[in-house]
Amino acid sequence: MIPTIPQNPLVRVVYGAYVVLFFVYLALPLTVVAVFAFNDSQFPSLPWEGFTLGWFFGSEPPMIGVVHEGPILRAIGTSVIIGLAVSALSVAVGTTNAFLFNRYQFRGRGLLYVLMLLPLVIPGIVLGISILVFSSTLANAAWEVAEIDIQALRPGLVLVILGQFSFVTTIATLVIAARLQKFDRTLEEAALNLGATHLTAVRTITLPYLAPAMIGAFVVSFLMSFENFNTTLMLVGSDSPLTIAMFDRLKLGSTPLLNAVSLLLMLGSSLLALVMIAFQRKS
Amino acid sequence: MTTPLPDLDCDALTKRFGASTAVDHVSFSVRAGSFFSILGPSGCGKTTIMRMIAGFLEPSSGDIRIKGRSVLDVPPNKRPVNMVFQHLALFPMMNIADNIGYGLRRKGMTKPAIARKVDEALERIGLPGIGARRVDELSGGQKQRVAIARCMVLEPDVLLLDEPLGALDLKLREHMKVELKALQTAFDTTFVYITHDQSEALVMSDTIAVMNAGRFEQMGTARDLYYRPQTAFVAGFVGDANRWQGRVARAEGEALEIKTDTGLMLRAASPGRKLTVGDRAEVFVRPEAIRLAEDAAELAHFDTRISGHVATILFNGAASRVIVTDPSGADIGVTLPQSGEFAHLTRGAPIHVGWSGDQGNAFVMTRP
Amino acid sequence: MRAGQKLGLILLLTPLLLWLSLLIIIPHIDLFLLSLRERVGVRQYETGLANYRTILTEPLYMVTFARTAMMSVLATILTLLIAFPVSYYIAKLVRGRARSVLFLMCLVPFWVSELVRTFGWMILLRESGVISGLLQWTGLAAGPVEMLYNDAAMMVGLVYTSMLFMVVPLVTTLDSLDDAVIEAGYDLGGSGPSILREIVIPHAMPGIVSGSIVVFMLSLGNYLTPTMLGGKDSLWFTQMIYSQFIVRFNWELGAAFGFMLLILSSLIVWAVLRLTGQTLEKTMG
Repeated sequence: MIPTIPQNPLVRVVYGAYVVLFFVYLALPLTVVAVFAFNDSQFPSLPWEGFTLGWFFGSEPPMIGVVHEGPILRAIGTSVIIGLAVSALSVAVGTTNAFLFNRYQFRGRGLLYVLMLLPLVIPGIVLGISILVFSSTLANAAWEVAEIDIQALRPGLVLVILGQFSFVTTIATLVIAARLQKFDRTLEEAALNLGATHLTAVRTITLPYLAPAMIGAFVVSFLMSFENFNTTLMLVGSDSPLTIAMFDRLKLGSTPLLNAVSLLLMLGSSLLALVMIAFQRKS
Repeated sequence: MTTPLPDLDCDALTKRFGASTAVDHVSFSVRAGSFFSILGPSGCGKTTIMRMIAGFLEPSSGDIRIKGRSVLDVPPNKRPVNMVFQHLALFPMMNIADNIGYGLRRKGMTKPAIARKVDEALERIGLPGIGARRVDELSGGQKQRVAIARCMVLEPDVLLLDEPLGALDLKLREHMKVELKALQTAFDTTFVYITHDQSEALVMSDTIAVMNAGRFEQMGTARDLYYRPQTAFVAGFVGDANRWQGRVARAEGEALEIKTDTGLMLRAASPGRKLTVGDRAEVFVRPEAIRLAEDAAELAHFDTRISGHVATILFNGAASRVIVTDPSGADIGVTLPQSGEFAHLTRGAPIHVGWSGDQGNAFVMTRP
Repeated sequence: MRAGQKLGLILLLTPLLLWLSLLIIIPHIDLFLLSLRERVGVRQYETGLANYRTILTEPLYMVTFARTAMMSVLATILTLLIAFPVSYYIAKLVRGRARSVLFLMCLVPFWVSELVRTFGWMILLRESGVISGLLQWTGLAAGPVEMLYNDAAMMVGLVYTSMLFMVVPLVTTLDSLDDAVIEAGYDLGGSGPSILREIVIPHAMPGIVSGSIVVFMLSLGNYLTPTMLGGKDSLWFTQMIYSQFIVRFNWELGAAFGFMLLILSSLIVWAVLRLTGQTLEKTMG
């Protein structure tokens, strides 16, 4: 079962075949999505009608490509804005959380740590409705007390950002805390010894050390936000992010336009992930 | 009368990894009930030998016989040898009793029988009643003993030990050396022990093989290796030695006179080896074979005498040394006698050293 | 504690407490309060368990609830069974570059949205899809075969979607198992199955538990896959929450549904942790 143990060759072959099959299973759906983005047909299905780039660049109905499809482009923009906001917030709070749990011993620390992990085990849709319910409670209260209508508390961009932030922060905290855990605190002590103040020591020694984890957490948060469906579904207003916009289209019936968008998504996120990996290799 | 079969017999054992040869035609046999050590620097191939005996590596050629039967076709879980791993590899997911009972369960022994054997084994290693503890609750030395007990309950023909003391601190290591030897005697089992630490090998072993670059340099008792090294590598690796390089100026049988590259004239011996005038040679002299004197006349009876001055004194209790700088500027390490007569020695003081020529061990240098 | 340190503690605690209280704890309390509210007339409410009573007495709700739970358990078990050999292969049988490449290949599909992955399965499985076409082309099927919109298709999608969350913790824990421990098992007479049972699986337990919890949660809370791949009668509990909130606008009942889902998931997570002797901190943190 490990290379140093002699193994029946038949078992070895069967095992290898299983692993190959597994990767075929993993690759299959994404491959067909990618391939049918180039099908010169109104439907992303067989038969193969020939190769076209129309679903990317076409400007004439019935084949309007991604680059000329206003609603999709707007949805991508919305997703990017949400993603950036969620990542920035999550990394900021994740960093302070990591420092809190790494550096301080206080009463209730264990309980807070468990609470911090909770968003991982709450179904996304429940997270979504609870925030929806609470924000509308607040909005109704504001209306009843002062007759002001707080738009930010109604389904829309702000709630989507808060909803995604509520669970992405846990991931960001874990990623950053894992690296902070490995930090050799004597480095900070050395900085203090050489005349730095506490804050300067953290800023000049600890934060640069944490930077790869913070960037990693940012990218992961961005991808999670970009992909999120369940929580977003319950909190979305009039301007839908990409996943919701695609879902609405898919319900009406699919055209290879969706394949083209998907392919671009795959390329985009792979690129992002590769950049992140390359960056982490370097540091 | 026939000699009893050796417990372990390796015959022209060879292992190649691609182009490099890790173990090169190594042959040896280990007498039943003896403590056999393979001593060598890291990367010399000793771990490769051990893993071939245990069955985790297949030899490129050669044979391994246990009690006279070849085990090359026997998978590791069926071989009558057990191994104490370098980092012990106790099973962290089991308690101590389950660790020791693991092999017995594999043999399908009944639960009460296993419990009895485990208790016996714990008794034997002097740790009765710790069966319910977890692995990480034990100290380094206790883990060590449990790892041995885990193998010994299976009554293997040969127990392999892969530098098991390496992870321990110095004090405990000293203690465990004595204890391992005692355990080996108590269990009366053949131990094959590999290490890069010469003192472990010297203290515990009945027979030691010194290994270098995939070959055995010399096999013998600790005394043989220390006093009668057969190769320059053994002379340098086992025990401390001063070392000079030079050329044979005069040879009378096994007694030589060598002119070192630094210009000294040394007497040396080469028992069992033939050196002729003009050969490049290397001479080894142990620090404890060299006598110190403040008056050159005291050394008159030695055939090799050098005058110099004290460079530094390294105090280390009974193992204290004086470093003497000879006229050419090279250093000679000399054991400081603990009789107190050199207690006033200071740095820079003139001093004389001498030894008799048969304490110098000369070898032909393979690379001039 | 010195004054400076105390200030630091307060400054670091503030964002954590704001986040947890405003976005996690209070909203869930509010959700619970809402689920206890019973509409008796226009803008008239009473506090009571009426919404829960409705759920317990309406067979469709209970059946859907039980079905969602069972299917999620099944999806978790299938994911574990499929992922374990692959994770073991990556962690223990390949080395160096091949290993990072295989691991990366496991991660790649999850960099794209679940929607895209589900869309891929739709293209493969539907009547006019690739597999149907392939079967007709090879002559194994006479006409188009519909493989979409049933429980099996949904299961394929659920397992696919969760795979990463099983593979990563498994590879991580299996990787931390020293090869020497496995060798020691063989050396002491163990065979493949006994080593798997006594050494490998107990060692991988934290990974198995955390992977299973995450996969179970993801399946239970999944909306997209059952909606897109499941059939008309494979109702999923999240769909009922969605329809109460967005379609029927009966938030009170929807909140009760949401709370039931939360209780179910918490119960199962708690039970699994108890059964395996793990803690949330150890498996998640």
